[in-house]
Amino acid sequence: MVDQYEASNDATVTLPQVRERIPTVVVDDAHVIYRVHKGAGGGTSPVAALRRIVTRTSAPEIREVHAVKGVSFTAYRGEAIGLIGSNGSGKSTLLRAIAGLLPVNRGAVFTQGQPSLLGVNAALLNDLSGERNVTLGCLAMGMSPAEVQREAPGIIEFSGINERGDFASLPMRTYSSGMAARLRFSIAAAKKHDVLLIDEALATGDKGFRKRSEQRVRELREGAGTVFLVSHQLSSVRDTCERTIWLESGVLRMDGPTDEVIRAYEAFANRK
Amino acid sequence: MANTALADPDSGLTQAQLAARYGLRVADEPPSLGEYSRRLWHYRHFIATYANAKLVASFSNAKLGQLWQVLTPLTNAAVYYLIFGLVLEQKSIPNFIAYLCTGLFIFNFTQTAAQNGTTAISGNLGLIRALHFPRASLPLAVTVTQFQQLLGSLVVLIAIVLVTGEPITFAWLLLVPAILLQTVFNAGLTMAVARMGAKLADLRQVMPFVLRAWMYGSGVLYSVTLFEENLPGWATRLVEFNPMLVYIELARVALLEEAPVLNSSLPQLWLVATGWAIVMGVGGYLYFWRGEQEYGRG
Repeated sequence: MVDQYEASNDATVTLPQVRERIPTVVVDDAHVIYRVHKGAGGGTSPVAALRRIVTRTSAPEIREVHAVKGVSFTAYRGEAIGLIGSNGSGKSTLLRAIAGLLPVNRGAVFTQGQPSLLGVNAALLNDLSGERNVTLGCLAMGMSPAEVQREAPGIIEFSGINERGDFASLPMRTYSSGMAARLRFSIAAAKKHDVLLIDEALATGDKGFRKRSEQRVRELREGAGTVFLVSHQLSSVRDTCERTIWLESGVLRMDGPTDEVIRAYEAFANRK
Repeated sequence: MANTALADPDSGLTQAQLAARYGLRVADEPPSLGEYSRRLWHYRHFIATYANAKLVASFSNAKLGQLWQVLTPLTNAAVYYLIFGLVLEQKSIPNFIAYLCTGLFIFNFTQTAAQNGTTAISGNLGLIRALHFPRASLPLAVTVTQFQQLLGSLVVLIAIVLVTGEPITFAWLLLVPAILLQTVFNAGLTMAVARMGAKLADLRQVMPFVLRAWMYGSGVLYSVTLFEENLPGWATRLVEFNPMLVYIELARVALLEEAPVLNSSLPQLWLVATGWAIVMGVGGYLYFWRGEQEYGRG
C-alpha cells in the first residue's frame, strides 16, 4: 500500500505548475454502507404490509451493502484523478461521499471548499427551455444574477445545443439524451470549482464535444482545482488524468500513474 | 498509512492530521443555523427563479397557458356556486357564494402548498444530488409558487365579492397582513412536510386525507357557527385555534360585511394568527435545517 502512495506522489510531482502540494481531498479509511430495505419483507402483498403495521414489526429484510470498505488517499490541488473499476465497485458511491451527499459510516472525508458532483443523472427541469435551465443551474451553483447574465451565452455556446437550430429555447424534454448531458456538463463546468467530481458525463457527448470538454477539464484543473473522473472509457481517463485510482469491490486496489494502473486493470479484466 | 515521499514535510502525518494541517473540513459537516440562513439569503434569486419556473412549467403543456392561473379558481367557484348556491340553496348565510369562495381560495393556498411540499425534496433528488445549495430553497420555492397562484385567485375572489354587492371598505386592507401571516405559516408547514416526505414516501398517499379532514375542520363549505351548535364547548374552543379557520375568518372579516364568525373577538383572532405564523414558521425552519445533510440519501 505504501508503494502505491509513493507512486501517486511521483505522478503529481511531475506536474509543472504545482510547486507546493496542497491537499484538497483527504479520505481517511472511509466506509460507506447502504441499508437496503427490501420493500415489504415476507412478500410484497398489501396484506403482508398491513400485518407488519398491525403487529408493529419492522421489515425483517434489511440487507447491508458494504459499498466502500476502508479507502484512504489524498488528492492534491491541480490533479485530475481517474476512478476506474468494474461495475458496482463503489466508484460512484465514493464520489458521493466526497461530495458530502452521502455520509460515511466509518472513517472521514475532508475536503477543501465544497466539492461539486456532476453526474449524468443530474436532472434539471425537463419542462423548461434550455436557456431557463442554464439560468436555474447557475443560480443553484450560487452565482449572482449578474454573473448568470454574463455566463449564460457562453454556456449555451459551449454545449453546442444550438448547432442544429435554436434548441436553447425549446423545453429540455425535447432534447436527445446526449444534448441534455452536454448541457448539464456545460452548466456545471461554467463555475470554478475547488473540487469537481465528474461521473461518466464525458462519455455521452459526440466526438467534437468530448474534445471540448476534455479541454475544459484541463482548464478547470489549471484553475487550481482538483478533478475526479469516473469512467468506464479508459481512453478518456487516459486523456484527462495523470493519476488513477482503481477500486475493486469497495477496496482500493491500486493508486498511481494512469498508464501503470490502467495496464494492471486491463490485465485483471482480461483474466476474468 | 501516510504519504512517504522523500523530503515531503507532510510525511509521517496521519490522514486526519494532514487534513487539519491544511484546514480541510469534514465533507458532510452540517452548517450552523446562522451560516445556513446566510446561505439561504444568498440563494433568494434561485428561489424566486425556481418558483417562477415551476409556475410556468405547470402550464407549459396547456394551450391556454398561464390564463389557467385565473381560469382554475373561476371554474372552481362556478362549480361550487352551481351546487351550493343553486341546487342546495343556503339561506342561513348572507352572500354565501362570496363566503364560500373566500374560504375555498384561502384554504387552497395552504392545501396545495402542503401537498406539493411533501414532494419538494423527494421529487427533486436529481437536483439535490447534483448541486450544493441550501435545500430549504425547494420547499420555500413551493410556497412562493403557491403565493403566485393565490394572487391569481385573489383577482377572481375580489371580482366575485364586488359582483355579489359587498362594498369596498378600509377593512379590505387587513387582507394584506392576514395573507402575509398565512404565507409565513405555509412556508413553515411546507418545510416540515418536505422533511417528513423525504423520509417517508407514504406521506404523499396520506396527505389528501389529512387535508380533506382539515378542510372540514376549517368551516370552508358551511357556516362556522355549526361548530358551536353541534360540538361540546371544549371542542369548539379547540376549533377556534385551528390555524386555517383563523386565516379564513380573517379574510372573511376583511372582505365581507355580514359573514358569520366563530371567534367573536377580533384581537384574539389576530393573536392566534400571529402565534401560528411564528410557531410554524420558526419551528418548520428549524426542523428542516436539522435534517439538511440527509436529503441526498433519498
